[in-house]
Amino acid sequence: MAEIIMREAIARGLREALDKDERAFIMGEDVGAYQGAYAVTKGFFEKYGPERVRDTPIAEGVMVGAGVGAAMAGQRPIVEIMTINFLLLGIDQVVNHAAKLRYMSNGQLEVPLIIRTVTGGGAQLAATHSQSFEGWFASVPGIKVAIPSDPYDALGLFRSALDERDPVIFAEHALLYGFKGEVPDAPYKVPFGQAAVKREGKDITLVAYGRMVHVAQNAAKLFAEMGKQAEVIDVRTLRPLDLDTIVKSVKKTNRCIVVEEVWETGGFGSWIAQSVQEAAFDDLDGPVGHVGGLDVPAPYNGVLEAAAIPDAKRVLQKAKELFGM
Amino acid sequence: MKVAINLDKAQVAEMYRQMALIRLFEEQCARQYQQGKIRGFLHLYIGQEAVAVGAMSVTRKDDYVITSYRDHGHAIAKGIHPNAVMAELFGKVTGCSGGKGGSMHLFDIEKRFMGGHAIVAGQMPLACGLGLAIKRKKEDSAVLCFFGDGAVNEGYFHESLNLASLWKLPVIFFLENNMYGMGTLVSRARAAGKDIYLAADAYNIPAAQIDGMDVAAVREATAEALKRVRTGDGPVFIEAMTYRFRGHSMSDASYYRESSEVEREQVRDPIPAFKKLAVTEGLISEKELAQIDKEVEAAVTESIKFANESPNPPMEALFEHIIAS
Repeated sequence: MAEIIMREAIARGLREALDKDERAFIMGEDVGAYQGAYAVTKGFFEKYGPERVRDTPIAEGVMVGAGVGAAMAGQRPIVEIMTINFLLLGIDQVVNHAAKLRYMSNGQLEVPLIIRTVTGGGAQLAATHSQSFEGWFASVPGIKVAIPSDPYDALGLFRSALDERDPVIFAEHALLYGFKGEVPDAPYKVPFGQAAVKREGKDITLVAYGRMVHVAQNAAKLFAEMGKQAEVIDVRTLRPLDLDTIVKSVKKTNRCIVVEEVWETGGFGSWIAQSVQEAAFDDLDGPVGHVGGLDVPAPYNGVLEAAAIPDAKRVLQKAKELFGM
Repeated sequence: MKVAINLDKAQVAEMYRQMALIRLFEEQCARQYQQGKIRGFLHLYIGQEAVAVGAMSVTRKDDYVITSYRDHGHAIAKGIHPNAVMAELFGKVTGCSGGKGGSMHLFDIEKRFMGGHAIVAGQMPLACGLGLAIKRKKEDSAVLCFFGDGAVNEGYFHESLNLASLWKLPVIFFLENNMYGMGTLVSRARAAGKDIYLAADAYNIPAAQIDGMDVAAVREATAEALKRVRTGDGPVFIEAMTYRFRGHSMSDASYYRESSEVEREQVRDPIPAFKKLAVTEGLISEKELAQIDKEVEAAVTESIKFANESPNPPMEALFEHIIAS
């Protein structure tokens, strides 16, 4: 067991992929000679060479599409899209092609493609570079979406992504690359569709994913100071979604708030909240709460930006409003 | 049309048979659409038969073919049985996509027919990926990527030509210039006007413009292109000048062109021209042609009977093949 940062956990997963499967290769903008925009593939170019670690032109449409096409022909492409904001230029290939080919071909085709991309705000990159679109993708049948919150999950989920025979969006929060955590040396996997109870409690369930898991943890600490025990659930994969673990928790705590970074309007967390409402209505002491990013484009100014992203204080405020906690 | 054909008798008979089959198949499709047996969008290939038939006549079984939504001709020329194509148009379980793809999404992966794709130019990045897979596996097969003049103003077109050339991918970019992107004349949609093949030069791709109404010319150009592509020298671009005699789809009222224009173009009809030349050169007799016509008619009639008598997909199919498991 060693403590490593999330960047290293993902890099380990990538090295394992290239080492064990000749069909696997990485392509993306500046993944090679530049060593990766977020340095995840540092050293890869030297170790594996330009055929396995392919620098592409800045052209997300063909980058994603070539990944889909290579997967259609039996390869195991891992495409890095520098940020999820740029994936909008490749979204047609994800939604209209990768997600549909198995179904439209009646099972003749499959697209075992991993798209790694960086999500989230908080680095003062302003409106076009700070968004969280993983939930958009999660609403599309035919693709899977994983979003780790710590190094253990990052490596475990990535290993599972490698086993998947469907397209996977693997969203990595920019502010978590340097986050440290224990990762065992022995092999393990974190299966898709299995949420994690990251902290146990009996008074309220906080459901979150990505960096918001840490916001929920901070909120839980504040609740503890008030003598309340919050249970924190990390969804880990938005699709498949493990509703059972969430509902089981809510049946125990009778209160639930979903926390996510994307805008409050139409966020994926609203779907989680609605699903909890349907599944556990009789066990609820109040409506299921939802805390999302404020409905504004991300401002550059740090003070303004911080105000737009959910924090522990807003979670507590929501609990007070809904449950008088 | 050239004055002499460099084909033997068997080749002439086979190419005529395929063109006649596609023509009659498409004419019957129009009828079945009017009777409500075929629904959704239906884009007919009438007028363009020489392109698919000429190109496919020199491909190998292990060459990939990928195309747009006007895909019946390519599918049949690549060897998909007309029964399976017609059944797909009828939405039946015996269709080549199990009744879940329809006219615009025909697939037969065993035959390496990698699909009709209905997002304009969306198949071009996929073709790059297929080519990349071939290159990674060090095989010498090729990708034939068909698209229309409507696709050339999409970003995908430029991104794909660039990537394929940069990485020397074994792709033949096969432009079927039928003069109209839906209802918009090429010169009304493209600043550089006609001679689209010249655009390939910007990406360092050798290109040629050919008569897409001359099946022998299409065959020769494709054979030439395949030679280069198989040696690993990178992509080739072919612009086949053709014309569709029917509307863009069945819902096209043809406001954008005079019927006199269509009549004028019909002089170029690839089938009578080929027939006349082949007879003049003594490569086929009127009697042989009549025999082929009879066989083709029987095949199309059989395909309709087959489609009519085939069952709908079972209700379970609704949830099948969305993801691997």
